[in-house]
Amino acid sequence: MSNLAVRVEDIGKEYNIFRESSRYTTLREKIVETIKSPVKTLLNPTGSEKFWALRHVDFALEHGQVLGVIGKNGAGKSTLLKILSRVVEPTEGMAEIHGRVGSLLEVGTGFHPELTGRENIFLNGAILGMKKTEIENKFDEIVAFSEIEKFIDTPVKRYSSGMYMRLAFAVSAHLEPEILVVDEVLAVGDAEFQRKCLGKMSDVASEGRTVIFVSHNMSAIQRLTQECIILDKGKMVLRARTPEAVDHYLTNDFSASGERRYTAEEITSATHPFKPIAVRVKNPAGQVTDNLLSVEPVTIEVEYQLDADITGLRIGIYLMTSRGEYIFTSFDTDEPEKFQAMSARKAGRYISRCVIPADTFNEGRFVIGINASSYMTRRYFSDERAMNFSINTTGAPGMHWVEIRHGPIRPRLDWRIEEIA
Amino acid sequence: MTTADTLEQKKKPPVVIIKPSRGWVGLKLSDLWLYRELVYFLTWRDIKVRYKQSVLGILWAILKPFMAMVVFTIFFGNFAKIPSDGVPYPIFSYTATLPWELFAAALGVASRSMVSNSNMVSKIYFPRMIIPLASVMSSVVDFLIGFTILIGMMIFYKVTPTIAILWLPLLILLALVTALGVGFWSSALMVRYRDVGYIMPFIANLWMYLTPVVYPSSMIPEKWRLLYALNPMTGVVEGFRYALLGTTQSVSSGMILVSSLIAIIVLISGMFYFRRMEKQFADMI
Repeated sequence: MSNLAVRVEDIGKEYNIFRESSRYTTLREKIVETIKSPVKTLLNPTGSEKFWALRHVDFALEHGQVLGVIGKNGAGKSTLLKILSRVVEPTEGMAEIHGRVGSLLEVGTGFHPELTGRENIFLNGAILGMKKTEIENKFDEIVAFSEIEKFIDTPVKRYSSGMYMRLAFAVSAHLEPEILVVDEVLAVGDAEFQRKCLGKMSDVASEGRTVIFVSHNMSAIQRLTQECIILDKGKMVLRARTPEAVDHYLTNDFSASGERRYTAEEITSATHPFKPIAVRVKNPAGQVTDNLLSVEPVTIEVEYQLDADITGLRIGIYLMTSRGEYIFTSFDTDEPEKFQAMSARKAGRYISRCVIPADTFNEGRFVIGINASSYMTRRYFSDERAMNFSINTTGAPGMHWVEIRHGPIRPRLDWRIEEIA
Repeated sequence: MTTADTLEQKKKPPVVIIKPSRGWVGLKLSDLWLYRELVYFLTWRDIKVRYKQSVLGILWAILKPFMAMVVFTIFFGNFAKIPSDGVPYPIFSYTATLPWELFAAALGVASRSMVSNSNMVSKIYFPRMIIPLASVMSSVVDFLIGFTILIGMMIFYKVTPTIAILWLPLLILLALVTALGVGFWSSALMVRYRDVGYIMPFIANLWMYLTPVVYPSSMIPEKWRLLYALNPMTGVVEGFRYALLGTTQSVSSGMILVSSLIAIIVLISGMFYFRRMEKQFADMI
């Protein structure tokens, strides 16, 4: 018997984009439309345009492999998972699946707020395809994993969101299909619980089951998967070993110009009144460049427009390595006095600028993410991978030794060497 | 599932082929059987939630058919003097209101079921037919509660049931099959056309007057009765009266047969239509 777990052949999914503001047609509209313009209705019965969310995707996966799927929003990742878990039907191509598929597209599906934790475990388990006896056998384990023993007979509407997520994940995590399809569940919960989830996922993988894992979290991808595929605009652009794929993903998308400008299409009305314009890095001479020296300060600028006044706005940057590990996060109003002064920002055009001191970075490529939010109120805009730049360490400490220095930063430290005896 | 089954499955995992389907597709009843426990859990959820959320839950199940019976008795029984096949009008109409309410309630929840469970439909695979099926099943509880009133009325009016009462379970099944069949059609249509949600209560309302709830079928000329029984609920309602009250003027085995046949046709066609529409549910919902 071959060890094939999943085979996907030339799979594609076409969606209709409805022209009307509402995607639900009513019977009355349909009838009126048909009478008004019979020809048009006959030619294009749904009154919509079509687009391919996914097309010409091929890959095969053996039992016991863990495959990561990475790509930007709208690249077709979720569509792929939905096809594999049989939630939606593909428009063309075919997929062959050997074994039971368990999907964690969204944990807690079917949870009912009025029911207790215990009742929801059974209900959710059944929805996920578990047998009653199976759920009974694992019940204690699920409860222990979710850490909600005391509240097991309380309706889940009284749970905190953390408890709710823990319980939901616990049920899903105890599903034992041959093939597990996971979408971004790790984005929830506190750090401790995320660690637990990751642990559970690697257990699943080490038990020899097949996992297809979609995430934006590059460090989770790197910890859990050996191989990845990259999707872009519905097409598969690369299948490679994880480190290579992550590197490719984090660096290749961007033009290496030292500046990222946001086009009108990239910005949805959901960010209103915040409108990002550009993110750029500059050398001390004020030139916008992709190539910076580690021994010189690096200036980062975020340019944006406010179409209306915003109170409590803060613009933040995330700095990450090309492997997706965070180095630091900083906000333009981190200083309390500055926050007081700039608390109410009037409509207008702004630049938030910071300077990262010389001798901070090690050699390599770095990724800047930006975020515009009002603390505890609203996140207007966030782009975790706004742009990247590379650092050249000519003249940095320790360059007289030709060797790789570990770690993303390379500070110049004030070493003292004393003779004490 | 037994251990042997599990082992069997581990040895040879089932192979699923995912391909676009075109037009009419098979019913895949085996899939439905595989997920039978989910039917149970969803039914149980619907029942539990209904009685948890409304304080009047149980009282409501009694009040609704009871009040209808009172109104029917006053207006149709007393003022309009509609004949009632020789039994007291209150019990005559209540015996019909009960299965009618079962049907109307089951049809109502089944019609809305796909839309109200949209979050499940767009996230997880399971045979979609389970959703309307479970909603229909959950309506039986209200019926059983309302039935206790009927028992009380039978004692009050000194009606002794005959051996014909054994038909009752089959008649209940006939009502449910009809509700499920129409429910498959309407729930699938409602995913696509939301205004079906507004049309359904209106249809149910008209349908009640096409069903001998407030009047007996014996008012219909004999030669038209088989035609009249094309409405499956005619068979159910008159069957109920025959089974519980022993009325024979209004019912014939031919009528029950016609009603059952239509109910089965509606069910099977509903299932096929539902399956045909099923692949679009997750995209449209």
